[in-house]
Amino acid sequence: MKFAAGSQKFSVTAMAYRMVQADDVQAIVKTGFGSLKGAAYLLLRVIDPVAARIWLRAQSPASAADIGARSHVDETVQIAFTAPGLRALAIGKEIICRFPLEFSEGMAGNENRSRRLGDIADNAPDRWEWGLGDKEPHVLVILLARTLKRAATYAKAVQASVELAGFAALPPLLTTDMDDVEPFGFRDGISQPSFDWDGARQPGTAADRDYTNEIALGELLLGHRNEYGLFTERPLVAPGAKNPHLLPEAWEGGGRRDLGLNGTYLVYRQLEQDVRGFWTWVAEEAARARVSSDDLAEAMVGRRLDGQPLQDLLIRAIPGIDAKDSAWNGFTFDTDPDGLSCPIGAHIRRANPRTGDLPGGRQGPIDTLLAMLGLGGCPRPGAISSALPWPQNHTVWPGGAPEDDAIASARFHRILRRSREYGTRITREQALDPNSPHPKAGLHFICLNANIARQFEFVQGAWMASATFGALSGEQDPLLGNREPFPRPPVSCHEHATNGFTRPGAEPTRRRSTGLPRFVTVRGGAYFFLPGLRAFNWIAS
Amino acid sequence: MTPQDRFVIVAPVLRDVHLLRRDLAGMTLAGYPGLADPCNAIVPFCKYETIHFARFVVLEDNTLQERAAYPQLLRYKEPIYLCFMVDCDDSACDLLSQIARECPRLHEIFEYCGLDRTGNLAEWMQAHRVRPSTSYVNWIGRTVTQAREEAKLHAELRKALPNCDAGEPQALLSQLRGQVSPELTSPAPTPLSWRVRNLVHFYAPLVAAALCLLLFPLLTLALLVAGLAMFVVALRRHEQSDPIIDWPPPPALIAQLCKGEHHAVTNQYTAIGSAKPGRFRGTLQLAIFYALDWVARHICTHGRLGRISTIHFAHWIYLDNRRRGFFCSNYDGGHEAYMDDFINKAGFGLNFAFSDAIGYPGTDWLFAKGAWREQEFKRFQRRHQITTDAWYKAYPGLTAHDLARNSRIRNGFEKRSMSDDEIRRWLAEI
Repeated sequence: MKFAAGSQKFSVTAMAYRMVQADDVQAIVKTGFGSLKGAAYLLLRVIDPVAARIWLRAQSPASAADIGARSHVDETVQIAFTAPGLRALAIGKEIICRFPLEFSEGMAGNENRSRRLGDIADNAPDRWEWGLGDKEPHVLVILLARTLKRAATYAKAVQASVELAGFAALPPLLTTDMDDVEPFGFRDGISQPSFDWDGARQPGTAADRDYTNEIALGELLLGHRNEYGLFTERPLVAPGAKNPHLLPEAWEGGGRRDLGLNGTYLVYRQLEQDVRGFWTWVAEEAARARVSSDDLAEAMVGRRLDGQPLQDLLIRAIPGIDAKDSAWNGFTFDTDPDGLSCPIGAHIRRANPRTGDLPGGRQGPIDTLLAMLGLGGCPRPGAISSALPWPQNHTVWPGGAPEDDAIASARFHRILRRSREYGTRITREQALDPNSPHPKAGLHFICLNANIARQFEFVQGAWMASATFGALSGEQDPLLGNREPFPRPPVSCHEHATNGFTRPGAEPTRRRSTGLPRFVTVRGGAYFFLPGLRAFNWIAS
Repeated sequence: MTPQDRFVIVAPVLRDVHLLRRDLAGMTLAGYPGLADPCNAIVPFCKYETIHFARFVVLEDNTLQERAAYPQLLRYKEPIYLCFMVDCDDSACDLLSQIARECPRLHEIFEYCGLDRTGNLAEWMQAHRVRPSTSYVNWIGRTVTQAREEAKLHAELRKALPNCDAGEPQALLSQLRGQVSPELTSPAPTPLSWRVRNLVHFYAPLVAAALCLLLFPLLTLALLVAGLAMFVVALRRHEQSDPIIDWPPPPALIAQLCKGEHHAVTNQYTAIGSAKPGRFRGTLQLAIFYALDWVARHICTHGRLGRISTIHFAHWIYLDNRRRGFFCSNYDGGHEAYMDDFINKAGFGLNFAFSDAIGYPGTDWLFAKGAWREQEFKRFQRRHQITTDAWYKAYPGLTAHDLARNSRIRNGFEKRSMSDDEIRRWLAEI
């Protein structure tokens, strides 16, 4: 065993921020391909690794450099691999073990993970249409084309070619263009983090005590500095592996090559949405609560159907939100700690609580120090004294309430979404009409992040699926929750329901809804590694 | 107010550890490794209404190889211990005797640690009690009975509220009060001895400091300045020369730990490790534990430790003549979230509390870096974590936030009069 002496040096000057080589980054990292309305997802399993690698070598996924004002992409592929996929392509165990555990275990690979992500009962991996056992994908090929029709033909052609080239294909997953509206009828994909492609961001300064939408590139791409100013763990290849010249050298030295650089992790979950169930329940509950269906549904989402926020816009600018976007995203929830405008448990508030590093944001040095020690903030006016009920008159430290500081700082837990809808869109009227057909619809939820555990799994586990998010109790995400009691016997003597939803702004007696059914069911999912293009060529070599 | 107390029994395991583990597993719920059956046959925790949390954990340290960086430690061979820890209301001594009297099968467990078949269990347990160097209690004075009664009150109010029809706050309040008839035990008087001890503990360092400053102002200041300067020099020398120890925790360990986690809103955490050798680190650690204990007893007494509001109880305990120590906590949420919370909300506190442990990521000036080396820190803490063999929580569905909120609800419920605004706030809590 060897031990290096001295503390590690992490000075910025010693390792200058490297400029991103756009031609090494798969294009989907940079763009959602909004102009390519057609998409299909092919899930492949490797049968013959040699033939499969030959096929892969013939592919040329578009790079971020191909996307721009002058160039023009009509159809392209983007390719990602699961850990079993890398294994099947004969990438050595010693390399795969350099990937983080959540990737090598997979989304469905560990019961603890399934419990955290809410993938239990009807959402459990063993009920998925794909993702487990012989339906566990090895390679994801994202096909993009101008129109849906062309994407479908493209998918058929690619499927035929891969089946001759050492792959078995699962049934292709097609998409529908719903004009940026998800099947329930809400405008989707409005808020995205803005990544610092120029490397100008210095994370962790006083400015980050307030919410920032500008996020270090290392939260998205491996091999770049993340929000801690560090490099997220990534796979390096020891000297002596195959074709080392195809990979860039790792800055850590030792002759190692960088398999991770400019790659990212792609999280894929196929979410089926029960549009009829959603609007039927909303109509019934709205009648009980004496509000309109729109108001109730919008409170659950936290935005209007057209995407307008329920929250008032801020006067100050938020870093990473430009003037054009500020009508949609120029708000935080600091102005609404009680959830009177936007319920604390609303979908968008859980997905991104827009918190800064310190409650109270940027303030004077003494207040900052007090806030850091957990002694800051003002007790809320009119609050029932948080003094002990026994003995009466026992004074407590005059700090703010702990529940005002219950949520983690958002900048460490952001994801870049690249979802597309599938199935047939029905209107609300059709959904409420028992005689109209009830076609399947849902979302191919896809997101990119550099640290699955700290980003996707945290957002999904600690924010969306959690029944205790933000000091709430008994409610999960009003759209995504699995509604399974937690905990339940035998762990506790009675079931603790999670199927509630509270709108603090409403009248006290009608504020809380209970008995929410499950509106969204997970149909499949996997964690993929979306390599940089040099890494892609190395894997294919 | 009834203050919280705890007993921690630590004894070296002298017989087969695997058999001991098997016996401890017999206390757990089928299919839930590490979660104690509240009514198990060895210690039926549910019978004791003053127990908040309890755990049996075999302190088997898999990180002793990290001592290779400190050759002076290599001559020690450290034993494997069994720890039985209980956080309770009132006197832990009385509870210990009661458990010893009423749980004969506990005798069999401690026979692994050298308790004679004919020996006196209570005396043996007393003899093996250790005192935590630092203990944290989320809310000093909140009893198990209180937590349960208030949770019931909250549930009843939640149920009753939608059936009310009054519009005005005052009318709504009296309607609610009419609909629920909770059983709420009145608080017991605070024991005088505890109050005296607490006051002495609070004032001792302050009085000592004041006396020194008043009686020998110049000498004290001079010593303080000189001491601080020497401390900073020594600290920096250590920080810059401490070996870096950083490798990933074995996947098998993580798999094992994961099995016992996330079955309820609260999880347990036990970690063990060696202290950095030498007089400087040893003294520093003692001073830090004293400071932490003082803060936990007198400042962070109601709902949060610094900015962390998810810890119910936590203890730092020395082993082996301060060569090793272990840390136990009971926290809300998932493990990864707990660590992120720690790093981002109290990274400096983590550095302060743990940087004298071997393998801790390098700190700067005692408070900086360290835990903020995010992934290195996460590897460190997972590497040192050990599986808890049997863990009990008295109120499994409730987080620390729930408990505090329920207390506020009870407070309002029992308040003689509230203004309309206060009632609105109170209703919002329900």
